[in-house]
Amino acid sequence: MSTVTLPVTPAPRPTPQRRTITVRPTRSDRVFVLGARAAALLTLLVMGLIGTFLLIGALPALRSQGWGFLTEHEWLPEADKFGIAALLWGTILIGVFALIVAIPVSLGAALFISEYAPRSLKKSLITLVDLMAAVPAVIYAIWALFFLQAHLLTVAQWLSVHLSWLPFMTVKVPDSPSSYTSSAFIAGMAVGVVVLPTMTSVMREVFSQAPVGEREGAIALGATRWGMIRAVVLPFGRAGIIGGIMLGLGRALGETIVVYALISPMFDFTTHPFESGTNAIAAHIASRYSESSGVALAGLLGAGLVLFGFTLVINTLAGIIVSRSRSGASTEI
Amino acid sequence: MTLDAISPTDSTQVLPVSRERGPAGLVAEAVSAWFGDHQVLSDVDLRMEAGHVTALIGPSGCGKSTFLRILNRMHELVPGAALAGQVLLDGEDIYDPARRPIESRRRIGMVFQKANPFPTMSVYDNVLAGLKLTGRKAPAKGGADDLVEHSLRSAGLWDEVKARLGTPGSSLSGGQQQRLCIARALAVRPDVLLMDEPCSALDPTSTRRVEETIRAIAGEVTVVIVTHNMQQAQRVSDRCAFFLAAEGTPGHIVEQGLTTDVFERPRDERTADYVNGRFG
Repeated sequence: MSTVTLPVTPAPRPTPQRRTITVRPTRSDRVFVLGARAAALLTLLVMGLIGTFLLIGALPALRSQGWGFLTEHEWLPEADKFGIAALLWGTILIGVFALIVAIPVSLGAALFISEYAPRSLKKSLITLVDLMAAVPAVIYAIWALFFLQAHLLTVAQWLSVHLSWLPFMTVKVPDSPSSYTSSAFIAGMAVGVVVLPTMTSVMREVFSQAPVGEREGAIALGATRWGMIRAVVLPFGRAGIIGGIMLGLGRALGETIVVYALISPMFDFTTHPFESGTNAIAAHIASRYSESSGVALAGLLGAGLVLFGFTLVINTLAGIIVSRSRSGASTEI
Repeated sequence: MTLDAISPTDSTQVLPVSRERGPAGLVAEAVSAWFGDHQVLSDVDLRMEAGHVTALIGPSGCGKSTFLRILNRMHELVPGAALAGQVLLDGEDIYDPARRPIESRRRIGMVFQKANPFPTMSVYDNVLAGLKLTGRKAPAKGGADDLVEHSLRSAGLWDEVKARLGTPGSSLSGGQQQRLCIARALAVRPDVLLMDEPCSALDPTSTRRVEETIRAIAGEVTVVIVTHNMQQAQRVSDRCAFFLAAEGTPGHIVEQGLTTDVFERPRDERTADYVNGRFG
């Protein structure tokens, strides 16, 4: 026989009440938080005010043109016929060409700096890339205008002639080098150089954060350095690559002075990007604002509003992609 | 293989991984190591017998991990690292200039203190990662599945993950991740498996599973394990080497031999003090 233990009924306990947990901030805490919050709100306020200012300024143009403002390609404010369709198309085209040159180069440069460069070279390369990002765009503009363009003409001609079976690659006078100047292709290449350092910087930063443990795990399995990069660094840095590309695209779309210096403005859809003549929103605003007034100026503000919204969306998307990833949690772009 | 070491919870027997040759022994001859100007190891000779488990014990900072990393050429990845001496795998120096480091690392696998599965890869792909990374194809159709199963069984993880081979490696618990890393290392059929404090971040149950795994694979693979846990060294190892770095001097081996001798009949007083927990 075993002894039976009777359950002891515990005395009923009061239902737990939730406590409010409070931390009483000190005076200096409060001053600091207020100051920081004010600074943060100020940036939002400035952004909001810019958007509002553009919207109000653009209203006369938007009223007079309606949806036509987005679909019209001509820019004839005197004839009350103007829109940003061609400008927007040119902007995107230049952005795409910029990415075509900037993506492979920035990816390669970022991988080299973070994975291959000897330690002695690494630091100077990082500084150099950061310096490249700090060079004013106008310097790139004159360099592109007087040096890069001249050297790219033969490249453009070669590509155009050899890929002439693609209808959009052709130009009207293939034999004359001047047919290839001031084109969307040339402007895109130059803008690509401008956005290159920013993209390299973001990608390198993310690559360098790939965990040592995983890197060593791959190497200990007998991976080559490239094998390790493919198995660890690139998957880890994927969001950084995408974020860097989108950040570069955002900058490329807004690039003004380089495009302004290079292109010969045209108000038609650029169907032959290797042929002279294209346009872009930012360059158009820069070239026209001093001579515009009334509804024409409102039109420029409207174009600015579209560009503002466009880049805002792209940069926000880039930020979301990067911060949602494992690699981007601690990366700022 | 020691049959009594097979986990009683395993419903099936550990399947031997087929290989062309038996495990190879590893011999360190007059190994010294430096980080910059700082010497961390001095004149270490150690024979790690084929198919046996050798434990490296000693207080922190005595160069055990450095020594372990020298055994598969991971040491040289640290900037400023240098070494002297030879490491012979089946009689051939792995530091021979004619040999590529990746060849040595393919034959001498490593499990780290912190489990490091590839987090974005599935459990299945993690096991096969070594083959892919070294450009080798898994055995033809169905062979890959078999290899994954064999490796996971050898690591004592199969029963826990067989229903979720497609989930990411990072979704497993810490102990499971460590055994996944062991499976990953075994899948490339190494001759030697180096383990750097593989249980230091694990709970007792996971530790027991890893220890069972080590006993189960010994015989198939030569195991060298760094551990701070004296009981663990006694439980898993056949032979044992006690490292010590007296103040300001580089680490060296004070005593080595059969584990039972080192723990029960130490020749050196310092060994006796250390294995009985009187210092370190």
